[in-house]
Amino acid sequence: MILGVSIYEILTLTSILFFIGVYGFITRTNLISMLISVELILNSSVVNFVVINKYLFPEVLQGVFFAVFIIAVAAAETALAIAIIINLYRLISSVEVKDTEVMKY
Amino acid sequence: MAEKIIFYILAIIMVVFAVASVSSRKMLRSVVYLLFVLIGMAGIYFLIDYNFLAAIQLTVYAGGIIVLMIFSVLLIHHIEMELEVAKTFKKIITAIVCLAGLGIFLTTIYSHPFNVIENSNSTTINEIGKGFLSYEAGGFILPFEVISVLLLAAMIGAIVIAKGTKASPTPPKEGLRSGAKTDN
Repeated sequence: MILGVSIYEILTLTSILFFIGVYGFITRTNLISMLISVELILNSSVVNFVVINKYLFPEVLQGVFFAVFIIAVAAAETALAIAIIINLYRLISSVEVKDTEVMKY
Repeated sequence: MAEKIIFYILAIIMVVFAVASVSSRKMLRSVVYLLFVLIGMAGIYFLIDYNFLAAIQLTVYAGGIIVLMIFSVLLIHHIEMELEVAKTFKKIITAIVCLAGLGIFLTTIYSHPFNVIENSNSTTINEIGKGFLSYEAGGFILPFEVISVLLLAAMIGAIVIAKGTKASPTPPKEGLRSGAKTDN
């Protein structure tokens, strides 16, 4: 654990990052910007897993395993999302949300 | 004490760059600001003494995902173009809702008594690897294999989706698309 830093401060930081991500997800109108916001949300939740593992259950490693799994799923999700976005750009020459009416090609 | 100062510096950097990332009007800058946030998270993993996780964060996120995003931004976006912003009214409403949610989160967190165990355990990569590959109780061999299959499926899917079909000279309009597809 971090000397002199309580669990409350770290959870406050991750909550702030989470809601910044939510704010970006709602206000952005661009697919890649929304993907960036999703990355912020996922990352703050990963930090929560790790911190709770370290501060409350230091003798086990379950939080680390789940963190690795979340990172792997997030990487897969990002790769697929970017593939879809590039394909969409090829079809409609835009990545704005309001222009995205059909996903099927 | 030094850890506390470093933590606060990292926290300020992360919050500032996260706000910059969701509010910047240039898309490439927004991706680069996200990179700083991710590096700050790797710094927190280093502080908390999970070096393996920090290395994963740096390689997968800073090395992989950010590069992927920068490539896609360069492929689909004009560098000089500015993103359109949401309406001010929508921004204010969203900010109020997010602050309310943050308030609920923080009251819940601060009213919960955590049984913090003082410790300075350090974790070796050996333990993490044994935990992943152990098939006894509490082992993670099955999710590990499932994740590897998932990554393979995602890789194949990404290739198939992004490859697409040969580009037709005129982009097909909606509604005609299913008909145009069969002609090819």
